Amino acid sequence: MDYTLILEWIIKGFVLTLILLGGFAYLTLYERRALARIQSRIGPNRAGPFGILQPIADAVKLIFKEELTPAKADKLLFLLAPVITVVPAVVITAVIPWGRDSFTLFGRTITPYIADINVGVLYIMSIASIAVYGIVLAGWSSNNKYAMMGGLRSTAQMVSYELALGLSFVTAILLANSMRMLDIVEAQKNLWFVIIQPIGTGIFLIATLAEVNRAPFDMPEAEQELTAGYHTEYSGMKFALLFMAEYTKMISISAIGATLFFGGYREFWFLSNTIFSIDQTPWLGPVYMFIKLIVLLFGMIWVRATYPRIRYDRLMAFGWKILLPVSLALVFITAVGIMLAESFNPAYMWSIPVVSILVGLFAIGSIDRVLRRKDNARR
Amino acid sequence: MRVVEPLVELVRGLKTTLRMMFDKPVTVQYPETKKPVMPRFRGRHVLKRYDNGLEKCIGCALCAAACPADAIFVESAENTDEERYSPGERYASTYEINMLRCIFCGYCEDACPTEAVVLGDNYELSFTDRRQAIYPKEMLIEPAKAGSNTTPQKVKPGEFTRSVPEMKDPQD
Repeated sequence: MDYTLILEWIIKGFVLTLILLGGFAYLTLYERRALARIQSRIGPNRAGPFGILQPIADAVKLIFKEELTPAKADKLLFLLAPVITVVPAVVITAVIPWGRDSFTLFGRTITPYIADINVGVLYIMSIASIAVYGIVLAGWSSNNKYAMMGGLRSTAQMVSYELALGLSFVTAILLANSMRMLDIVEAQKNLWFVIIQPIGTGIFLIATLAEVNRAPFDMPEAEQELTAGYHTEYSGMKFALLFMAEYTKMISISAIGATLFFGGYREFWFLSNTIFSIDQTPWLGPVYMFIKLIVLLFGMIWVRATYPRIRYDRLMAFGWKILLPVSLALVFITAVGIMLAESFNPAYMWSIPVVSILVGLFAIGSIDRVLRRKDNARR
Repeated sequence: MRVVEPLVELVRGLKTTLRMMFDKPVTVQYPETKKPVMPRFRGRHVLKRYDNGLEKCIGCALCAAACPADAIFVESAENTDEERYSPGERYASTYEINMLRCIFCGYCEDACPTEAVVLGDNYELSFTDRRQAIYPKEMLIEPAKAGSNTTPQKVKPGEFTRSVPEMKDPQD
């Protein structure tokens, strides 16, 4: 292997990391502004025009803050935990394609993705589960009961929802017949998977919220009960790292969602075979990806602004009793639908969304029934 | 459709928050725009003057006596017709209010027999040093109106003998 290739990878990785860091900084601003608008406020608008210097001001403030390490904390792990949390959040984006066609720069053909491995989805799953170590270690090494409980809650929650998340990945893999991210995107050339598998997408989005510990599943950092959860004892730059991990995870998981279900870097369906198609103008790929990211991130912020935090036992019950069986059923339905379409008539493909929606309605109906029965029993 | 009812409720919640996004923000951009205060707002004290420019304060120190926080310090001196500050015999040569002690209860206003001390509408009372918290008479007294003289004034003898003026009941 020639060393220029390694150099290229390093440079691309560096650039991607920088983009993610910038994205993290401005995602915080985006979230604060969007939340403020929803709450009839304006949000940060003092630092620079429209507050665009606010993230820099925040960073400067965090850097100059005093860093505390609790006296009886496990010093090494306390230091290591934020790092372990940040690294997977950044590394996970290595397999996400930002475009299909390579371009030429300095006489080298450069691909708009870092790694094109044939088990891309598997890689994502494995890296995503590492992030939980950072959180539980942060909770444990702080030597603080609240932090410990936050860390434990987070682990339980992430492990539970990872199953549903993985199974919703499987539906996309089945539909694309490949685990390579590029193949999955190209398979959505004519029809996004969100249309073929709407319930799978819904489960992905819900499980995503739980994976990145966002409201209404922000159990690990439930302020009212656990002060701040696993990052109670963190301050200064170490806290900034945990914070960064959270927001970077939001970006990367939205990118994964866009890739798996919303056509990735491909154009919107009504733009195919026009000049705006990425077959004709390849540089639009990252632009489409960016638009989809913004929309998905807005969805996360919107949900945070709308729903209150779900009770912990209900969160677990929802994960294990509803999401897991439904996503298993969806895998089955998708597999059968694909088999029917391949053996008899491609039109049978449409049985997948129809049956999926019926299953989804059944699941909602059963939640409703259980809640009503509990409500009646209480009276 | 009882089955989709929970879903409808969730969507209704999302719709509400999205609609709020297009509402006008209620934020007041404070240093640039200031909302007017209420008519009976109790802000920083102002020492009033009569129309002819004489001070209303006669240095009786009733405000200092009424002050529950002991924030007011008054020292009085004799008026003469050559150097007249206020009607009557005496005027306040020193009038200080410690804004760190003041609780803005308005008792000084009530106690004043000449309606000289009034709680105004200024609420921007920040300072960087504790010594700046003591507002002397020069800061509290309102400037003389255009066309009238500031104090001390040289007046004809026997004109300003009555220290407490004829007064009406307060209006608001």
